[in-house]
Amino acid sequence: MSKQLTNWFRFASPQTFYPLAGKMIPVFWVLAVLFGVAGLWMGFFVAPTDATQGEGYRIIFVHVPTSWMSMFIYLVMAGWAAMGLSLNARLSSMMAQALAPTGALMAFLSLWTGAFWGKPMWGTWWVWDARLTSELILFFLYLGFIALQASIEDPRRADKAGAILALVGVVNVPIIYFSVTWWNTLHQGASVSINKSPSMAMTMLWGMLLMALCLWMYSIAVALTRVRAIILERESHTEWVKQLPETKVEVAA
Amino acid sequence: MSAILAVLQRDLMVVVRRKSEALTALFFFVIVSSLFPLGIGPEPGLLRKIAPGVLWVGALLATMLALQRMFAADHADGTLEQMAISPSPLVGLVIGKIAAHWLVSGLPLVLMAPVLGLQFDLDAGALGVLMLALLLGTPVLSLVGAIGAALTLGVRGGGVLLSLLVLPLFVPVLIFGAGAVESHIAGLGAGGHLSLLAALLALSVFFAPWAATAALRIALE
Repeated sequence: MSKQLTNWFRFASPQTFYPLAGKMIPVFWVLAVLFGVAGLWMGFFVAPTDATQGEGYRIIFVHVPTSWMSMFIYLVMAGWAAMGLSLNARLSSMMAQALAPTGALMAFLSLWTGAFWGKPMWGTWWVWDARLTSELILFFLYLGFIALQASIEDPRRADKAGAILALVGVVNVPIIYFSVTWWNTLHQGASVSINKSPSMAMTMLWGMLLMALCLWMYSIAVALTRVRAIILERESHTEWVKQLPETKVEVAA
Repeated sequence: MSAILAVLQRDLMVVVRRKSEALTALFFFVIVSSLFPLGIGPEPGLLRKIAPGVLWVGALLATMLALQRMFAADHADGTLEQMAISPSPLVGLVIGKIAAHWLVSGLPLVLMAPVLGLQFDLDAGALGVLMLALLLGTPVLSLVGAIGAALTLGVRGGGVLLSLLVLPLFVPVLIFGAGAVESHIAGLGAGGHLSLLAALLALSVFFAPWAATAALRIALE
């Protein structure tokens, strides 16, 4: 048991995690492409045309998975940040930092595809619907996290400050969501809601799930690539980084 | 407890000696709220409708002005470090500073709001609800803002960054604060909104000082 534990914690050090991440990245890319091809095929060729919304609804296969991922990544990011803060583990904080831009991208894509969906369906690019508004605020929270980390020089301080911000954000996200929901129902009533659309065909659900898996694998692959870059940047003074073949090439050139 | 009072007394004394700082936020609130009728037009029905939102957004921005200074001056001259190594717990000192910030930049807004509300043609009942909502809501702004102020301490571009961090977190206060006045005007009663504001206040009184203290310790490392 104890041997297993030490083996597990072995990868908590940037030096051992760096090559492991390098090996894992291609695997996640392959999975992302496989799930993506299956999901798109399902979404474009298998899923039936929606009775009320026509072909335009098919953007759901990008829109809903990006929304899911934007929320899920914020939770994962806050989890890594909390681990970095409580265990004082550098790699955990680096993971949180690496996840933030991907999460912001997902939130942005969700808003962007939502606008493209809204224009033909509701006749407008934007409504102050509860879901849209809370997604927008989530996007702001990501930007705040990235901006705070970018403006603090000392990486350890940036990690910890970002962690506190992420945790405060996690506490606030449900409060913001419910406040926006109540605010919306007071003003105009829920005129547009995904809940109210007729129950979804099984193939549509499968298409969305496959696309969500694709984006999930993509997020992991990208976050691992980014965390490798962060490790190189922060550990550039150490001997093991100087021994790496990829850094040697750079020095020679 | 005595440490909290000592910090409170000292911060208030500093403000009394330099009145301009305290008055800036108040004047900002007054001027911003007075600009809206000029921009939108003097029609009373419309003004009554936008009054809660305008006054609350004005209060939010006015609170932001003084937030940056909550810890900055003490950090610059080293007082904050002395406070951190003093025997009394840092969280008490933080509570004292938050209370001072609210007394200087929150309470004047509460007292000034009825006068501005008259400009927007609100009746006496709505003015009362507005004051009550501000009384419950502005301490939340000071408390949550303190976390942001501590996180951005001594960071370049701190002021803009602070607004980016803190304003999204102010959204629930804005919604329930303005909502209380709106639902009172609509005849629905403001009780629900005021209870939610009070709940937010209770939550932030409990958690925000600890988070701000943790952020301060990180900034002082």
